[in-house]
Amino acid sequence: MSEASTVTPAEAPAASANGNEILRVENLVKHFPIKAGVFKHTVGQVRAVDGVDLTVQTGETLGIVGESGCGKTTLGRTIIKLLEPTGGRIVFEGQDITHFRRRQMRSVRRDIQIIFQDPYASLNPRMTVREIVAEPLRIHGLYRGGEGRRRVEELLRTVGLSPEHANRFPHEFSGGQRQRIGVARALALNPKMMVLDEPVSALDVSIQAQVVNLIAQLQNEFGLTYLFIAHDLSVVRHVSDRVAVMYLGKIVEIGTRKQIYGAPMHPYTQALLSAAPIESPDLRGKRPRIVLEGDVPSPANPPSGCRFRTRCWKAQEICVQEEPALIPRSGGDHPVACHFAEAMNPLNLAEQARVQQAAHQAAQLAAQESAS
Amino acid sequence: MAERILEIKDLTVEFSTEDGIVRAVTGVSYDLHPGEVLGIVGESGSGKSVSMLSVLGLIPMPPGKIVQGEALFRGEDLVKMPKSKLRKIRGGPMAMIFQDPMTSLNPVLKIGDQISEAIKVHNPGKSDDDAKKRTVELLELVGVPFAERRVDQYPHEFSGGMRQRAMIAMAIANEPSVLVADEPTTALDVTIQAQIVEVLKTAQRETQAATVLITHDLGLIAELADRVVVMYAGRVVELADVYTIFNSPRHPYTVGLMNSLARVDADLEWLEPIPGQPPSLISPPPGCAFHPRCVQSQGRAVCRTDIPELKTVDDGAHVSACHFSDELAARHVVGALVEDG
Repeated sequence: MSEASTVTPAEAPAASANGNEILRVENLVKHFPIKAGVFKHTVGQVRAVDGVDLTVQTGETLGIVGESGCGKTTLGRTIIKLLEPTGGRIVFEGQDITHFRRRQMRSVRRDIQIIFQDPYASLNPRMTVREIVAEPLRIHGLYRGGEGRRRVEELLRTVGLSPEHANRFPHEFSGGQRQRIGVARALALNPKMMVLDEPVSALDVSIQAQVVNLIAQLQNEFGLTYLFIAHDLSVVRHVSDRVAVMYLGKIVEIGTRKQIYGAPMHPYTQALLSAAPIESPDLRGKRPRIVLEGDVPSPANPPSGCRFRTRCWKAQEICVQEEPALIPRSGGDHPVACHFAEAMNPLNLAEQARVQQAAHQAAQLAAQESAS
Repeated sequence: MAERILEIKDLTVEFSTEDGIVRAVTGVSYDLHPGEVLGIVGESGSGKSVSMLSVLGLIPMPPGKIVQGEALFRGEDLVKMPKSKLRKIRGGPMAMIFQDPMTSLNPVLKIGDQISEAIKVHNPGKSDDDAKKRTVELLELVGVPFAERRVDQYPHEFSGGMRQRAMIAMAIANEPSVLVADEPTTALDVTIQAQIVEVLKTAQRETQAATVLITHDLGLIAELADRVVVMYAGRVVELADVYTIFNSPRHPYTVGLMNSLARVDADLEWLEPIPGQPPSLISPPPGCAFHPRCVQSQGRAVCRTDIPELKTVDDGAHVSACHFSDELAARHVVGALVEDG
């Protein structure tokens, strides 16, 4: 804990290894109805989140990765109940908050805050920075005169802004600075946990690194727990202790950073890692890419059995029939939802021959698909 | 000196806004060699897109204005060219691929008709049947399955990745000699990006078009570019072949960019961001625009007073606009793919 900081830290985390569970999500479901016709009948459901189980330990960062439409943003918003869950259970610090009403949520919201992707849209343009940062304090009746002012200035310093910035408006700041303002607002109530939804993806590379470092530093300083949602595999690797990979509303693989980036077992994780850009021209032509066939199917009408099977080079009959459970498989020690799970790492040079083979199979599948 | 298909010379572009004059591009020069992929990299506001789009007549004027400079395409200056003539060049010998395909595709026209029309505008003699046949060929080339049927679909019936393919097909329809791709993969998911990178490689191989690849994505540059122009605050700060830019950059901004990247294939303790904020283009810092954020400058006076000229480092092909580029030793390259899990 840094001495320089005068912000009261949230409860210090117990040893995070076997530590306390702060959040548990069981079979969480969020469907959005599709309405059509004059009478707006419900004609279907977009199954944005379709049965997600996860736990988060105090003080850790759980990264959630996946492509657009996989449900990662909906998952984050449902967990903090910005969206009402369709089914399942959300337990925060031992309390089942699934059916909490607005008023009951108020005390929970002190403890879980959210940071949004777009720092241009998430700050009210007509409020000064002081008003923005003070707002959560006021709502919770904690903003009192001079003390409140000092608290806001202290928060601004904590996120690397200067107290002189307090009287300015959001449009006077660059993207990175606006994201810092959002972080200061989120920190105002000394939360225990933060849901970060693509917090750096709207920022330029050099500024991304600043905000990523700030987020990491605040975690060290205040013992914060993070749910870090992003599509950028590099950033997620950098910030996460554990990582969950989502595809079409479900977690397909979850494990420690080392397991996911060192020994991924789900074909989708492997394809993602093989496709991730690496900023080194020396690797040009040396990395076999598993280029997946086609696009992500619609979450309104997901494939039967395994949802990834339509793009998977390993798919067999069983994948059509039976949905694979998220359990440890074939000697691995982390849960993976694939009937044919097998460790293979596209980021490991020693395994390039096997990746090449998978890439070849995926390409053949693609060729078949477009020929048929 | 290698042959040049396009030469941008001393280009300056300004926008007048309520707050003042935005100096988007200042004294930019670079040239494009036949068949190469020239990457233009920089962050938002660096002028990377404006430097190219302005000479193609693709920025609104006013508020935009080309203050000075020329852009020689096959010896003719695009800047002074009448609009009608420029229009014939765009989509013909010079074609564009944009970030958002919906901005280039007409939502109420069938994909096939749009591509056929692009072909016929530049080849008035071609029959409808021939144009349609060529359209199907092009869509097949860029990997649109069932091209024969899909020519009759509308853009909204195509997914994002498929639309991007259709736009690439349209861009290469008239066998351009220059292809300008402005953030061609930015709006796409990782797995779709990988597909489009392959399509771009195919398109480039088929047409042999010299390609200008404008992007903020260093991964895409590492994958596709032959040479790289690095821009900052409207100026070119470094230019070299792609290996040199990544492995031994000689401008502190380029070094800072490389160091600030998180890596998918390695664990880093901390990232090394470039400190500070991007400069205002209305009142840029005096001297070198990068000096307030520069580690190399260390408060030295010359950085605050003199704008550094692009000068040769290493050999003639590598230039850097830094007073102290000599002090930048070859960057230590962060380990690539892990050798063993």
